[in-house]
Amino acid sequence: MTDKLITAAIVVVGVPAVLITYIWATEQVLRLLPERAKPKVRPWLWLAPALAFLGLFLVYPTIGTVIRSFQDRFGRAWVGLDNFNWFVHSDDAISSLKNNVLWLVFLTLFVVGLGLLIAVLVDRVRYESTAKSVIFVPLAISMVAASVIWLQVYQYQPPGEPQTGPLNALIGTVGLGPVAWLQQEDFSINTFMLIIAMTWMWTGFAMVIISAALKGINPELLEAARVDGANEWQVFRGIIFPLLVPTLVVVATTIIITALKSFDIVFTMTSGQFHTDVIANLMYQEMFSYNQYGRASAVAVVLLVAIVPIMFFNIGRFRAQEAVR
Amino acid sequence: MTAAAATAPGQGGRRRNWFSRVRGRIGLHGILIIIMVVWLIPTVGLFVNSFRGGTAYSDSGWWTAFFPPFNFSFENYSHVLSQQSLGTNFLNSLFISVPATVIPLFVAAFAAYAFSWMEFPGRNILFVAVVGLLVVPLQATLIPILSLFASWGIAGTFLAVWLAHTGYGLPFAVYLLRNFMGSLPREVFESAAIDGASPVTAFFRLAIPMSVPALAALAIFQFLFVWNDLLVALIYIGLVNSDNLPMTVTIANLVTSQGGGQVFIGAAAFLSMIVPLIVFFSLQRYFVRGIVGGSVKG
Repeated sequence: MTDKLITAAIVVVGVPAVLITYIWATEQVLRLLPERAKPKVRPWLWLAPALAFLGLFLVYPTIGTVIRSFQDRFGRAWVGLDNFNWFVHSDDAISSLKNNVLWLVFLTLFVVGLGLLIAVLVDRVRYESTAKSVIFVPLAISMVAASVIWLQVYQYQPPGEPQTGPLNALIGTVGLGPVAWLQQEDFSINTFMLIIAMTWMWTGFAMVIISAALKGINPELLEAARVDGANEWQVFRGIIFPLLVPTLVVVATTIIITALKSFDIVFTMTSGQFHTDVIANLMYQEMFSYNQYGRASAVAVVLLVAIVPIMFFNIGRFRAQEAVR
Repeated sequence: MTAAAATAPGQGGRRRNWFSRVRGRIGLHGILIIIMVVWLIPTVGLFVNSFRGGTAYSDSGWWTAFFPPFNFSFENYSHVLSQQSLGTNFLNSLFISVPATVIPLFVAAFAAYAFSWMEFPGRNILFVAVVGLLVVPLQATLIPILSLFASWGIAGTFLAVWLAHTGYGLPFAVYLLRNFMGSLPREVFESAAIDGASPVTAFFRLAIPMSVPALAALAIFQFLFVWNDLLVALIYIGLVNSDNLPMTVTIANLVTSQGGGQVFIGAAAFLSMIVPLIVFFSLQRYFVRGIVGGSVKG
């Protein structure tokens, strides 16, 4: 334990020291260059550490994964589209894909809808910051901890015994249940239960961003509409909502990406059993339970392909923003 | 409503208006309080259960603990801290998170400064590429990096996760910092250059001190991201060296193992939440700023 502590201490002090020395050293090296060359070389020296990390840990492995998706399980021979062929014919893979679509649609709807509702409501009360903290705090904890919390909510005891999960106890008071929520495959109820746990975590994120945008709306605009006799609903429909649309789009894209990549909740709460599997967990299983590196890479490529359009959308939005600036 | 107001102007209309306003206020507070309660109940339930020893958690609901006989104990917590490896895992989480926050902060600050205040061909294209990398799923990088780490002989070490988290955190870090540094007043840097200050001096004396809010937001974000991470630690450490596991992986294993440890999971989860909650409540302002300032963390 102490040697770990020493290593960590060395790293925390040492790494910044090395990086600061590096930047200082670049200036010494630049002195040797002719005056005209300096501004041309300098930016690349400042960018070099970041570009090295990005290249090594994002660009190179992503390309590597795409290549591996066309190879056999050990990456020794080329197998063409075999891995993708497996994917489209595997019931597990198709079921994961379907679940990811459920995640994408409903997590986004729930999070953006609730986030908007809460942001608008909370704007009108005096305990705004307390309410926001309550909604927001789940975002700070790990998805693993959130899973433990929600496993407790969904707890199931056989009929006749006292129900220990609040959800089953609640529906029990009106004579329903008990339901084994995480094993209930009909209508993908179990997947929805996982999505609800994730909604609990991410609504605070949507709320904070939407709330910030809401505060940016000119209050005179709303006052003018109210003076003209518009009721609160008309003010919301006619003025607030249209002004919030760009913000809602930003939040929605972030949540869509989160939904596509969702792993921790599924891994911890159900391990993908009872048809709750998602792409990210399927990939983990193929990789480490079956050592199918080619197939796992193909699964990752499917995920990547799903995300690429969002990436271009993000870049387009970013450029539009920069143009305004 | 409008018809009623039109036919009965004056006193009656005003009173009706007052009634509907009060009803609206009650509805507003009612909805908000219900939402807040729904948001709190899951956590409260687990929290109460973590103080109930023995088999109480599977015999009766946590809400029964509020009625006598009161049977609260620290049994679960003392068990988790003494029997399980969670004490070590807690320290491992710290050892992983702190360097994995410090390294990308520096690397990103250099890059953000270059993107903001240096002219070079391809600057915009390169920055757009960084923004594009924001959404690359971690999953698409796991296998090649794992084999890379294995060939370097660092799979299972802290170094592996420090490096990986630096790479994964950089797009967001560069994006957030560049947006902030780029919005600093140009005159400050121009007059510094005229006074003969080198870019290094301008960076450390001007850009860094002026960017403290963004740096703080980023540090909190990256720290929480790493502390709460499961996948990266599971793959680069979990498969090779179980001595270095952070809390998230151990708790996830406890949950999925279905073994005897079920009673203690609640206590373990709360121990893992202490640090994020302290960070969150003491630095909430910066945390919110980090989210609002760059809402596209991939």
